[in-house]
Amino acid sequence: MADQKYEFGLNTFGDLAFHDDGTPLDGDETLRQVVKEAQLADELGIDRIALGEHHRPEFAISSPEVVLGAMAMVTKNIKLGTAVTVLSSDDPVRVFERFSTLHGLSHGREEIMLGRGSFTESFPLFGFDLENYNELFEEKIAMWQKLLEGDPMNWKGQFTQTLTDTAVYPQLPKGETVSTSLAVGGSPESIIRAVAYDIPVVIAIIGGEPVRFRPYVDLYKKAAKQFKKPERPLGMHAHGIILDDEQEAVEVGFKYIKAEMDRIGIDRGWAPMTRDRFEFEIDKGAYYVGTPEQVAQKIAHNMKALDMQRFDLVYGTGGQLLNQREATIRNFGERVVPRVKELLGGE
Amino acid sequence: MAEPTIGILGAGKLGSTLARIGTSRNIPIMIGSTHSVQDLKWVIDTLAPGAVSATAADVVAQADVIVLAIPLSHYQDLVPGDFAGKLVLDATNYWKEVDGTHNDISDFNHSSSEVIQDWLPEAKVAKAFNHMGYHDLEIEVDRHPDVPRAMAFATDHDDIRPQVKQILTDFGFDPFDLGPLRFGLLLEPGSPLFGEAIPRPEFAAKLDQIYDSPFGQQVLAARGGRIQ
Repeated sequence: MADQKYEFGLNTFGDLAFHDDGTPLDGDETLRQVVKEAQLADELGIDRIALGEHHRPEFAISSPEVVLGAMAMVTKNIKLGTAVTVLSSDDPVRVFERFSTLHGLSHGREEIMLGRGSFTESFPLFGFDLENYNELFEEKIAMWQKLLEGDPMNWKGQFTQTLTDTAVYPQLPKGETVSTSLAVGGSPESIIRAVAYDIPVVIAIIGGEPVRFRPYVDLYKKAAKQFKKPERPLGMHAHGIILDDEQEAVEVGFKYIKAEMDRIGIDRGWAPMTRDRFEFEIDKGAYYVGTPEQVAQKIAHNMKALDMQRFDLVYGTGGQLLNQREATIRNFGERVVPRVKELLGGE
Repeated sequence: MAEPTIGILGAGKLGSTLARIGTSRNIPIMIGSTHSVQDLKWVIDTLAPGAVSATAADVVAQADVIVLAIPLSHYQDLVPGDFAGKLVLDATNYWKEVDGTHNDISDFNHSSSEVIQDWLPEAKVAKAFNHMGYHDLEIEVDRHPDVPRAMAFATDHDDIRPQVKQILTDFGFDPFDLGPLRFGLLLEPGSPLFGEAIPRPEFAAKLDQIYDSPFGQQVLAARGGRIQ
């Protein structure tokens, strides 16, 4: 493919951060910190920042669009997205209103990544039954796509409201849309569905050798042919820490990424991560932890192996000290992204 | 003797992963799901090349061994009569994202694989392939080629023990016999053994300590003692 265009972004869930002396930031301080970090990322020319939506003690962000709205006012070029919006436990009309509002505030830099929600605490919180996990997602994604058409809407919902010739405000300017992608994990059906919806896919690759996801990439391409849909650019999302000193990056990773994975593991039935597995994830697996050159080589290698055009690095996993977070962001923007582009031979 | 065909019911994360592991080890695999063969085949040909896509009914009729890789809550879709004489490896777990928030299928006194055995009285059920994350079935096995990971199983049928062990070995694991099926409770979500992809000695050590864990304490409270 000629004129390959690559995109590089940062993701965060708003993990509660730590001052350099080790004292914790509270949720309020973390929120303001993340806005500052978006400003830095914007100055560095990073393509996007995307925020997760969680409803748990270790993460400050439950309302990503509000935070993105603040970011919109202090940044110029960076795309402002979610990763992910748990559409199944939300109201698509309200989601549309929040993003069309963000469209106005950001001059059209808003993006939404839809996900089925690998964390499920939002379902009981907002009064939805996990029993209807699939049906909720199917119906709401269809409604979302209809909303994006921008016309007064007729809609008869089972899990959603019924609308008759109803316009939703603020409307998007004619001919504009909310850039939408779909997050998937390891489910073949999710990949196929994304093709059927014709929504670009971002694959979360948070464990194991990324090349293991090649069959899913092949499945995506095959499904596009099968359904006669265009092949959209593929993206991946992964955790990383980029410091000048490799050993320091590894130790920061072991302290914070492992702790985070173990916390999540309690809910998901994962065993606590061993040192050996952690080091494997750095050497051969899904973590991008090390010096800028090491991380750039690994990103380029995996983007090539998986035919990816978008790479999102999750920074600040498990909190981390402010100087460590800043170093990762700076190294990513100043050194890793240019180097990856050089290695990939694109722009 | 020709190797028995392993039939897998369910072509989601777990089913497709087991199919891929099987074919990569030259084990004959048939796989079926709720999808038509036509829709399933092009997916399986990509994710697990070499596995034969079939209807679920054909998988049950033709395979010698059936692996259940379906949502547990769908177990009543299985037609009991079709399973007469079959060896069934139950890899299902109660998983609230899939099966619903409230588990009215199994509890501490009646483990999920016992429910499956009750539903399929003429089958010989073993619980197996349930306690390792589907990613780790490949990742942890492949990165420790010389130290196989313990894969626990439990069954009430002594006559199938050798074959179950052989199948788990063929898939690249170190079979770990927990005993009768009711001990399979100790492999269910929430247990310290759930999610583990570790070698036999470590697995055995965790098992020894299991009643000290919060999960073990819950088992003791619910059953009035250890599983006997």
